[in-house]
Amino acid sequence: MDIFDPVTAFSFLNLARNALTGHRNWARMWRSPPPQPAYDVVLVGGGGHGLATAYYLAKLHGIRRAAVLEKSWLGGGNTGRNTTMVRSNYLLRPNAMFYEHSLKLWEGLSGELNYNVMFSQRGCITLAHTQSDLTGLMRRGNAMRLNGIDAELLDREALARRLPALDLSPTARLPVLGGLEQPRAGTARHDAVAWGYARAADAMGVDIIQNCEVTGIRREGGRVTGVETTLGFIAAPKVGLCVAGSSGLLGAMAGLRLPIETHVLQAMVSEPVKPVLDAVVASGALHFYASQSDKGELVMGGDIDGHNSYAQRGSPVPLDHAVESCLALFPAFSRLRQLRSWGGLMDMTMDGSPIIAKTPVEGLYLNGGWCYGGFKATPAGGWCFAHTIARDEPHALNAPFSLDRFATGALIDERGAGATPWLH
Amino acid sequence: MLIPCPHCGPRAAEEFEYGGDASAPPTIPTEATPEQAHAALHLRANPRGPHRELWYHAAGCRQWFTARRDTLTHRFLAEAP
Ligand SMILES: Cc1cc2nc3c(=O)[nH]c(=O)nc-3n(C[C@H](O)[C@H](O)[C@H](O)COP(=O)(O)OP(=O)(O)OC[C@H]3O[C@@H](n4cnc5c(N)ncnc54)[C@H](O)[C@@H]3O)c2cc1C
Ligand SMILES: [Zn+2]
Repeated sequence: MDIFDPVTAFSFLNLARNALTGHRNWARMWRSPPPQPAYDVVLVGGGGHGLATAYYLAKLHGIRRAAVLEKSWLGGGNTGRNTTMVRSNYLLRPNAMFYEHSLKLWEGLSGELNYNVMFSQRGCITLAHTQSDLTGLMRRGNAMRLNGIDAELLDREALARRLPALDLSPTARLPVLGGLEQPRAGTARHDAVAWGYARAADAMGVDIIQNCEVTGIRREGGRVTGVETTLGFIAAPKVGLCVAGSSGLLGAMAGLRLPIETHVLQAMVSEPVKPVLDAVVASGALHFYASQSDKGELVMGGDIDGHNSYAQRGSPVPLDHAVESCLALFPAFSRLRQLRSWGGLMDMTMDGSPIIAKTPVEGLYLNGGWCYGGFKATPAGGWCFAHTIARDEPHALNAPFSLDRFATGALIDERGAGATPWLH
Repeated sequence: MLIPCPHCGPRAAEEFEYGGDASAPPTIPTEATPEQAHAALHLRANPRGPHRELWYHAAGCRQWFTARRDTLTHRFLAEAP
C-alpha cells in the first residue's frame, strides 16, 4: 500500500467518498502479520520512538526487512499517556539542536505521513515568579535566539492579553513578573503520531506486531543474534530498544546496568469547557504546566512521585500539588471537576537528558532515558536512532547523547545541577 | 503510601525523602577507580519487583534506613535474610 495512493489516502475527496458508504470501507491502516523467523532490524517497543525509527529506517536508509515488536497495543505506553507538549526551548546546545530538529520535523509531519497529527503551534509560555526567574528566562531566550530558535520575552501587559485567566494581581500567591514564550511550540495528538508512523512504516513493508513481548536478548560472543519473545525466537543482527520506562528491564536482559531509574509521572484532565487557555503554560517554580486540549479539557501535569515505580499509577500527593499549583495561577478554574488521572513509566536518567546510542553489546542499540520530555522528541529520536542503527554510528545530532557520557563525564545537565541522581 | 520507619512505625510518605537503590554505594572512597565512581554515581539495578532502597525520615526521627519494597505494587516487604 502507498500512503499517498489517490484511492486510499486520507483526503477531502476520500472523506466525502467514504461518507457515502457510512465510513465502513476505509482500508486497514496496517497489516498484522505473524512474525517472520528473521529480520535485518528488530525494534522493541511500539511507542512513538519505535514506530518513528521503523519509518525512518525504511524511508531514509532502505531497511525494510524490519519489525516493531510491541508487548501490548501501539502507543499504549507513554506515547498514549503524555500531555503532548512539543517545544525546543532548551538552553544547552546539544539539546537545542536536537529538539529544534524535532520541531522542524513536527512542522511537516502531517503532510509527510498523510496523517493528521493535529500539531497545533499555539505557543508555550514559561512564567517567571521572581527576578532571578526572569533573569534565567532572559538568558535562556538569548541562548535560544543565538541557536536560531524563536523566543519572545513577555511583560505583564503582554501576559494579561495572552492569558486572560492568569492571576496577575498583586495579591497573587506567586506574583508573575513576566514570561518567555516559544511561539512555534504547541501540542499534538498523541495516538495519531503512533498510528501515522505505523501506517507509513507498514506501507513500506515493515512488520508491526502487537501482543508480542520480548522476554530475552540472545547473544553470542558479545554480539546480538536475536530476541526471545512470547511468539518464539526472532533472529536479527541488530536490535533497537525503544521501551522508555522498561529500558532497565530490557538492558538487564543483555547484562547491562543502565544510568536509568524508572519512576511514575502522572497527569490529569478536567471536564471539558469552552476555549479559555490557548497556550501551553508552565511554571518552573511550581513545577507545573497546563494546556487545553482540542476537546476542551484542561490538561495538567506536575512532578514524578519520587521513588522507583513500575505501577503506571501514582499517589494522590503529586496530583494535589498540581491542582494547588493550577489554582494558584488560575483561580477561576477552582470549580472545574477532574475527569480522570493516570500515570506512565518515566525512564529517568542521571543527568536528565536522553540516550540515543550504541551499547557495549554489539548490534544492540538504545533509545531511552526520555524523562519527562520524549514525546516532542519522537520524530528526531526516531530519525537519529534510525541513522545510528543503519550506519552503526551516531549522527552529529545524537552523538552527544551517548551511553558512555556518564563514564566520561560529558554530561548534558540542562539544569546545571551536576551528576545528581533523582535530579528531577 | 505508608512507609514503615523502623523507629517510628508506619508514617505517611510525605514525611520521607527517597534515597534510591541501596546497592549503589552512598559514598565514593577517594581511592575508587573512575569506573567504580561512575558505577556508584550513575548505574542502577532498577528492577520491577522487590527493590532494596534507602529512605530518610525527614519530618520524623531524621534517620536513614534501608527497606525492601515491590516497585510494581508499592508494597513494603520484610527484609530479605
Ligand atoms: C504523564 C506524562 C506526561 C508527559 N508529558 C510529556 C509532554 O508534555 N511532552 C513530552 O515531550 N513528553 C511527555 N512525556 C514523556 C513522553 O510521553 C515519553 O518520553 C515518550 O512518549 C516516550 O516514547 P517511547 O516511544 O519511547 O515510549 P512508550 O510510548 O512508552 O513506548 C514503549 C513501548 O514499549 C513497550 N514495551 C515495554 N517492554 C516491552 C517488551 N519487553 N517487549 C515489547 N514491548 C515492550 C511498551 O508496552 C510501550 O508501548 C510525558 C509522560 C507521561 C507519563
Ligand atoms: Zn522515623
